[in-house]
Amino acid sequence: MELISPTDLAKERVLTVQDYFLFSLQTVANLFRKPLYFADMIQQADTIGVGSLPIVVLTGFFTGAVLALQASNTLERFGSITLVGQLVSTSMVRELGPVLTSLMVAGRNSSGMASELGSMVVTEQIDAMRALGTDPMKKLVTPRMVATVFMLFFLAIISDLVGLVGGLAIAKLLLRLDARQYWANAWESLVFQDVFMGLIKPVIFGFIIATIGCFYGMNARGGTQGVGRATTQAMVAASVLILAMDLIVTRFLMATLSYR
Amino acid sequence: MSAPTVPLDSATAPTNDISAPVIVFEDVVMSFGDNEVLRGVSFHLPRGETKAVFGVAGSGKSLILKLALGLIRPDSGRIVVLGEDVTQMPEEQLFALRGKIGMVFQESALFDSLTVRENVAYRLMEEHGVYDEDIDRRVREALRFVELEHTLDLNPSELSGGMRRRVAIARAIITQPELLLYDSPTGGLDPVTSNTIIELIVKQRDVNKTSALLVTHRLQDAFTMATHQFDKQTNRMIALPPGQHCDVPMSFLVLRDGKVIFDGDLHNLAQSQDEYIQEYIS
Repeated sequence: MELISPTDLAKERVLTVQDYFLFSLQTVANLFRKPLYFADMIQQADTIGVGSLPIVVLTGFFTGAVLALQASNTLERFGSITLVGQLVSTSMVRELGPVLTSLMVAGRNSSGMASELGSMVVTEQIDAMRALGTDPMKKLVTPRMVATVFMLFFLAIISDLVGLVGGLAIAKLLLRLDARQYWANAWESLVFQDVFMGLIKPVIFGFIIATIGCFYGMNARGGTQGVGRATTQAMVAASVLILAMDLIVTRFLMATLSYR
Repeated sequence: MSAPTVPLDSATAPTNDISAPVIVFEDVVMSFGDNEVLRGVSFHLPRGETKAVFGVAGSGKSLILKLALGLIRPDSGRIVVLGEDVTQMPEEQLFALRGKIGMVFQESALFDSLTVRENVAYRLMEEHGVYDEDIDRRVREALRFVELEHTLDLNPSELSGGMRRRVAIARAIITQPELLLYDSPTGGLDPVTSNTIIELIVKQRDVNKTSALLVTHRLQDAFTMATHQFDKQTNRMIALPPGQHCDVPMSFLVLRDGKVIFDGDLHNLAQSQDEYIQEYIS
């Protein structure tokens, strides 16, 4: 195996970041240039959104349930077991709903986009598309970005809701709490900042999932091995970037929204 | 034999000028890292002619097609295609130019998520404003040309290698382009299927008078093209007597070490004293 110098490696990484930035910029710019492929957007929304629904529902439900279970142990020591609803709702809406949904969608779709587009690159289908007069960025990348951002927004809301139901199931069946009290507690504890934070995050994460998946796919080189490498890289990069951006966005929103 | 040079001013004349060459390469240099693949390649393709490009693997034959299509930009030199300098054009303008060019890729490059009908109709569907009935009629016409009308609703994965190449030809010719680029259209095919593909290329050349650049490593295919003509009466390719070979609009280009070492017709190729060419054609 050939060793690569640290300088070259650093240059390569900086160049990749620069290429990704330009790629993302072009993806957004294509929204304002004709043609816009609405049919492809709807098809992708179906594949990404509807196709991811089962894993999002399952993840949301079990996360909410385990959150209620873990919280009950601590809250019981302080005699505040009735606050389970509040803890589940704020945790799910602010953080776990958007982040876990995004990670699940990244695992399913970022890698899927990278492998699909990567296969098209190595079998010259992307070149064929360009040769036939179609811009692959407009036809393949922008619709995936729009569809992921749009659908992840709603998937995160569904995940939040199902998470609350999961918490309710534990509260009612194991902790013997009153369902009405749980809902009232969960609902009243939420403030505008919580909901805003919970809704802005999936939009940012959706953009990351689609652009990272498409970026690695469109830059896949070296046959089937290259496609496999692109698929893995896309999933890892998207997951890490989601968690890093989560920290940055949370800190930024807490500072700007005069959080309590 | 060196390649004849064509003044670029005449090459960049309007595309309706029938005397202007359809492709002009002028001192084109292209490298990948330290590997200089093309070292000052110059040639031109007159309108209505088919030029076969030869060379060993890695000599840059397929690269010439991608450069002509503007899919890759050269390091230096100029490439004029249908009167437009593709080395200077932004990608947006290249899409319009590519509408006048058909390309058949080495491994067909059919879209595997689309049916044969959708693959062949792709360019028409992208154009918008073309009615479904018109698309259907033209798809059937193109598939009839390659004798694959019955494959309309099949997926590319259900076709054999030879059938995929023929569908790729149908996709390339559906808009009756002014220029066709073939990248090893018979590569990896059995002799019978290869002959079918060559017959289709000759048919396109002689019936529609389309200019073409054909990359191949199969000398016998290019010799067949240079010695045969398509007969519309019998709908078959027929061999011409030796005296009439010069009537066939066919020429040869041989690449070696990134340079053009031969550019001429069949007669010149057979008479060439160059040792490499003699060894190549033997």
